[in-house]
Amino acid sequence: MKEGNFITTTLESLIGWARKYSIFQYPFVTACCGMEYMATAASHFDIDRFGAGLTRFTPRQADVLFVVGTISHKLAPVLRKVYEQMTEPKWVVAFGTCTITGGLYDNYAAVQGIDAIIPVDIYIPGCPPRPETVLDALMKLQEKIQREKQKWSLRK
Amino acid sequence: MVLEEVEKEFSLRRAESIDGIPTFYCHRELVLPLMERLKRDFEVLLDITAVDYLGRKEKRFELVYHLLSLSEKMRLRIKVELGEGEKIPTLSFLWKNANWLEREVYDMFGIEFQGHPDLRRILLYPEFKGHPLRKDYPLKKSQPRIKLLRPERE
Amino acid sequence: MMEKMLLNIGPSHPAMHGTIQIKVELDGERIIKADVEIGYLHRGFEKTAENRTYMQIIPYTDRLNYVSPLLNNLAYAMAVEKLLGIDVPPRAKWLRMIFGEISRITDHLTCIAPIGMELGAFTVFLYMIKAREFLWNVLDATTGARLTTSYIRIGGVKADVPENFEDLLRKALEETKKAVRDVHGLLSRNPIFLKRTKDVGVVSQDDALSYGFTGPVLRSTGYYYDVRKAFPYLYYDEVDFEVPLGERGDNYDRYMVRMKEIEQSIRIIEQSLSKMEKGPVKAEDEVAEAYEAIKASQEGKYLDGKLKLNPNLEGMEREVYYKIMARVPRYILPPKEDLYRSIEGMIRHFKLIMSGHGLRPPAGEVYVPVEGGNGELGFYIVSDGTDRPYRLHLRAPVFSIMSALAEMIKGHYIADVIPTFASINMIGGELDR
Ligand code: SF4
Repeated sequence: MKEGNFITTTLESLIGWARKYSIFQYPFVTACCGMEYMATAASHFDIDRFGAGLTRFTPRQADVLFVVGTISHKLAPVLRKVYEQMTEPKWVVAFGTCTITGGLYDNYAAVQGIDAIIPVDIYIPGCPPRPETVLDALMKLQEKIQREKQKWSLRK
Repeated sequence: MVLEEVEKEFSLRRAESIDGIPTFYCHRELVLPLMERLKRDFEVLLDITAVDYLGRKEKRFELVYHLLSLSEKMRLRIKVELGEGEKIPTLSFLWKNANWLEREVYDMFGIEFQGHPDLRRILLYPEFKGHPLRKDYPLKKSQPRIKLLRPERE
Repeated sequence: MMEKMLLNIGPSHPAMHGTIQIKVELDGERIIKADVEIGYLHRGFEKTAENRTYMQIIPYTDRLNYVSPLLNNLAYAMAVEKLLGIDVPPRAKWLRMIFGEISRITDHLTCIAPIGMELGAFTVFLYMIKAREFLWNVLDATTGARLTTSYIRIGGVKADVPENFEDLLRKALEETKKAVRDVHGLLSRNPIFLKRTKDVGVVSQDDALSYGFTGPVLRSTGYYYDVRKAFPYLYYDEVDFEVPLGERGDNYDRYMVRMKEIEQSIRIIEQSLSKMEKGPVKAEDEVAEAYEAIKASQEGKYLDGKLKLNPNLEGMEREVYYKIMARVPRYILPPKEDLYRSIEGMIRHFKLIMSGHGLRPPAGEVYVPVEGGNGELGFYIVSDGTDRPYRLHLRAPVFSIMSALAEMIKGHYIADVIPTFASINMIGGELDR
């Protein structure tokens, strides 16, 4: 930008813009979908292009929770705890059919959709979803983050 | 041949098998001495599992051991019939992986192993009631550990 | 006075690829006691399988050891074939071998990638995953899926390979060789890597046998056992390959054995490619769409010539179908052209698919093992003569190996848990089923 020029925007959308391109994600990887998650993160598909390359392995520093793979009833309390430990604002991505409906595993062991445990923002279908689908979902998430009413506060 | 010797000594009953693995039925009380004997030739305990013949056979469970002899390049299957509530001695001091394998059988079928050092659930959680691989456990009966936000199934 | 500390690693931990929990009791940084808790990915595979027909189980087997899905397919398909007593045609066998070995390579690549990553060598991860991506392209082109392929079916394989298969495969193998070479350069003599892996997590040969180890982890202790050599199946006795062995059974040996096995698998694939007969040339032109054939068959007519099939069915055309599928009408689905064209084909298809009919093997039980990515992977199936297995059990190699983890990390530093755990290639789907 040349000197003396300026852009007008609302603070709201500025924050949204900043947030959507600096997604710190927490991968909660349990099963086969993790393989595609790895592929998405590696060089061929490169999730870094979307500003979502930085994985934080502690929920306290993450904004987006990627739930990747089947969640069993044994694991359900862990997932909820991880979610509760994340600070606001936070979003959840359900990665793969298992996290959406239980997928192939309609039985005693698997949770039939993680929205029975935690609220979900974006669902990525596929068993496992191809990396292209994941990137598409990521962009949808970014749109959602941009459009949202931003929660923020100035602390004295 | 080891097998013929053992077959006589422990009065095993030969069962037919279509996959070429020699299969024998053994009495519950003779399992321990039999396995101690077999351990000399069969170095690896491949697997322990069970089958639930609810309502089909007189004794409800059949415990299936798969053994592998690396030197003889041979596998062996030993079966033990068990009624509901009947116990069976553990093999965990003969083969170390029997520890976990038996825990799995206990978890899935509720078969108890006498003398097992640490018999508790392995794949499921302690609050779980029942044993899922029994034929009378319904496929879709889940037991959530936490309160769910919505019912799982309609 | 020493003070003990209890530390909980997992279930959701960055270095736990997959979910397990290790509770360790520490004296300073040394582990004095460890307790491994598994089952977080227990998905009820065995119970579900009892409620599915034989054909429906194939997709589930993909998701057991999901880094080498085709080897699981293979073990299951071979078990059911044994039960049915059918033999598969030679071309299908070669294809099974090629794809099985591709799967083994992806397995080992995906095992070594995190070892590198967790020990601070992120480049290794990127190189390995890159090579895997090329291999997956081959799978994608042939099977239509990257990971969960369900390619190996009962009686043969799903489809013949596409025309550019050899080029794709050779390119992928080149890339793999390059990645392996690079990783050798990065890790194999790297002092940091050696410090973290040499003489760490040692397993003696006796312990390994007593724990029921098989596969690369057993071979790393120097014990020569490979199902492909000891009980040859497919055409493994017709190709020439070595079984790499380790010496001490530590993390480094496990890494090295896997690296060498990748090279051997490449050898097997190359030999299979040259030994397999060339695929039939597809010459005929397509004459009609499938729906036209169906319409004609409703009027009792039979439409001659080649049909235009859905692109998903590429490689399943009638002229190649019986080269890749056993010709056993009782058990094997008819080619799609027959299904669309004639009422007999339709009936045959329905009889095999409809619930209550389906594939009904004779009563009996089988245990069929193959050499999986982690060792002897066997399916134990009990059939009672209906269209669903009465009992289906997977002999998971990694289950036995994991039961030794607590002992393997005992006495070591807490940081050694990471390479030790990574080097045994724990796969949740196979471990917990
Ligand atoms: S959605 Fe499919 S690929 Fe993903 S975890 Fe579930 S079964 Fe595995």
